[in-house]
Amino acid sequence: MKPITYSELKGNSKPFYALAAILAVFILIALACAYYMEHSGHHVTGMTNQIVWGMPHVFAIFLIVAASGALNVASISTVFGKPVYKPLGRLSGLLAIALLVGGLIVLVLDLGRPDRLIVAMTSYNFKSIFAWNIFLYVGFMVVVAAYLWVQMERRMNGYTKTAGMLAFIWRLVLTTGTGSIFGFLVAREAYDSAIMAPLFIAMSFSFGLAVYILILLAAYHGSGREIGSVVTRKLGRLLGIFIGTVLFFTAIQHLANLYAAEHGAVERFILLDGGIYTLLFWVGQVVVGGLIPLFLVFRPATKGASRDIILASILVILGGFAQVYVLVIGGQAFPLNLFPGMEVSSSFHDGVVSAYAPSLPEIGLGLGGVALAGLIVLLGIKVLRFLPVSLADADIDPHHQAANSGS
Amino acid sequence: MNWRHICITLLAVMLIGIGSPGAVVFAEEGNAVGNSLLPFIPMGRGNACVEDTDFMRRNHMELLKHQRDETVLEGTRSDQYSLTECLDCHAVAGPDANPVTFADSSHFCRACHDFASVSIDCFQCHASRPESGALPDDHQFSGAFPGTTRVKGSE
Amino acid sequence: MSSKTKDKKMTGNSGFDPTRRSFLAAMATAAGVTLAPGVVLYGISRSSSANAAVSSEVRWGMLIDLGRCDNGCDDCVSACAKENGLRGFGRPETDAQWIRKVDIKNPETGYSKSLPVMCQHCENPPCVDVCPTGASFKRADGIVLVNKHTCIGCRYCMMACPYKARSFVHETLEDQKPHAPRGKGTVESCTLCVHRIDSDRQPACVEACSDTGGGAMLFGDLNDPESEISKRVANYASQQIRADLGLNPGVRYRNL
Repeated sequence: MKPITYSELKGNSKPFYALAAILAVFILIALACAYYMEHSGHHVTGMTNQIVWGMPHVFAIFLIVAASGALNVASISTVFGKPVYKPLGRLSGLLAIALLVGGLIVLVLDLGRPDRLIVAMTSYNFKSIFAWNIFLYVGFMVVVAAYLWVQMERRMNGYTKTAGMLAFIWRLVLTTGTGSIFGFLVAREAYDSAIMAPLFIAMSFSFGLAVYILILLAAYHGSGREIGSVVTRKLGRLLGIFIGTVLFFTAIQHLANLYAAEHGAVERFILLDGGIYTLLFWVGQVVVGGLIPLFLVFRPATKGASRDIILASILVILGGFAQVYVLVIGGQAFPLNLFPGMEVSSSFHDGVVSAYAPSLPEIGLGLGGVALAGLIVLLGIKVLRFLPVSLADADIDPHHQAANSGS
Repeated sequence: MNWRHICITLLAVMLIGIGSPGAVVFAEEGNAVGNSLLPFIPMGRGNACVEDTDFMRRNHMELLKHQRDETVLEGTRSDQYSLTECLDCHAVAGPDANPVTFADSSHFCRACHDFASVSIDCFQCHASRPESGALPDDHQFSGAFPGTTRVKGSE
Repeated sequence: MSSKTKDKKMTGNSGFDPTRRSFLAAMATAAGVTLAPGVVLYGISRSSSANAAVSSEVRWGMLIDLGRCDNGCDDCVSACAKENGLRGFGRPETDAQWIRKVDIKNPETGYSKSLPVMCQHCENPPCVDVCPTGASFKRADGIVLVNKHTCIGCRYCMMACPYKARSFVHETLEDQKPHAPRGKGTVESCTLCVHRIDSDRQPACVEACSDTGGGAMLFGDLNDPESEISKRVANYASQQIRADLGLNPGVRYRNL
């Protein structure tokens, strides 16, 4: 196997600057949206006293979950010892940090008092999983930055395995924490369940890899570097396994709930008569984000052509957003059950399914987080050596010919 | 090519540019006393504050913060250093003889805080004037700026 | 009691140390309640409990007898709004409600009832557990509050509360009540009229209920076996909303 050569992107073409400018515009729009929301108060958003977490949280949770998953590619190489993935490791770390920053900025700018971020950084309630997550997020960035450094600094290469192991464990704990934000909500029937943690880990594997695949292919096609089918096919198959895992945990989540009669109503709401949430669940999450991409990556006719992998990744991301939306918004739309067995009504929306319509400022803020993640990656690969000069089959796998004919 | 001179000149020009609008504002507000760059602080009710004026100028925020934590967390509601008590004595009457809110630049707190460019967020939650609406009978002024005192040489 | 507590608070328990200049002297003056020249103490005539820190020997609670709560009456709700300066903006989805009347109906039996629901002031409040900054807290005497000085407006407590008791302030507010500070971007809920309790008065809803309503609400110290509320909960069956969650709310209902 040849030594891998990494290099910066030239990044002086018109499309490069155009892309950077577009991302910057989205970030500015997001800042304007955040200012508008904070200045007017949250009544200008679709969020209410019933749906307290809205579109910004959908974006933030998707990005944060995808962030830990994006690191998986690096982990597979260093922790699980698959050398084929080694050239892909650096981008994986960069993307993980970028997605996390993008997600956190959305979360922070949606706070009622973002000016008090310093309070969140200095005053902790250690019984709160949210407080722990603040440590986990900041720690994740430090650990992944260190992991990147030992990968990129030749003298430190010996520590790659240690750093990789630490980063891998950290990201598992981090996603467990993110899932537990919902899992620990005892009063909300749609959440209160330990399965939230493993479900979120499965989601992170799937969403993170899908984002990674798209960014990798975009970077290589955009910069005119070569990328062979060995890499895409391997990543595609891996994505297929992760999609299956998400479907498995989703099935268990709902089956377990369906078994308990007391949760019948909330399951009926999500699975049967919840309107937009039912539609997003079955069509968005299960069909578009699950079954179709599963078919695309595994269908024998094309053996994982790169076009199919790209389409599958896009669908996984769309399905992922649908899943997070159903989880976050749908879970809140279903009313709290103060008086089990009773029909309930009040002037404060007790006992009724709450309406929610995402507002433009919320969506603008969320897209800004995505754009920020994109800009960080774009600038990162321009100034530092994240990308191998070539990912052509011959460069990463000397046995590719044999492997191809064998499979 | 002397960069230091250029920088200093630029800095001076900028400072003058920033300073002059502020000076105009204060000069207008303080027309009773004459032009001054110093803030004009409305007189409060009674003979003296809960502590010496000098002490209050330096430490009012610490007293308030200390009192705030004791009140919110422990339910200790001695009036002495409470924000409500500050406002009761230091309310400034507007043209309609009612106390002005923090939105009005003649509000007691703003007199100094605007001058010092120190923004406070107390009044995003707290009422910035006494509840009754009207000022107590022994309040000694009725106009917008009837009694003003300069920072130095008060008392 | 009063001056003893004050002495302890001013010197021993004080976390405040602004400068070394003359501060302790000033504090000593204040603590002794002697009026040094130029130092005026305002309002020392307040009741003793206003100056004392709250104690965990007390647990404030409420017993609401639904047998005396009229379905059409919402005097408690309007009293709360008046006392705490709650005003609607004509946007029912975002307007704050600290206490509300909830109509319940048993579809099997047809039994229906209307009852007031507010923050239940749990012994094990989920809102306090989940709050990342500790802004959501339980006072020693069992009252669950939001410290708006440290609330960052993340709304996680609203996700966690089983009673839908909390509201988020969705717009800029003006002219709040001096005793009930509330503002944009923070979460709020029933304070059990903590400012009244601290000066030995009853919550506004309880007062209104006995003045003009059915006299259904009883407020008192659940830890004091001699209090009226303790005697009543000892002698008559009472219920907590969602008692199955094990949160032990301080608000109890009779005839639910």
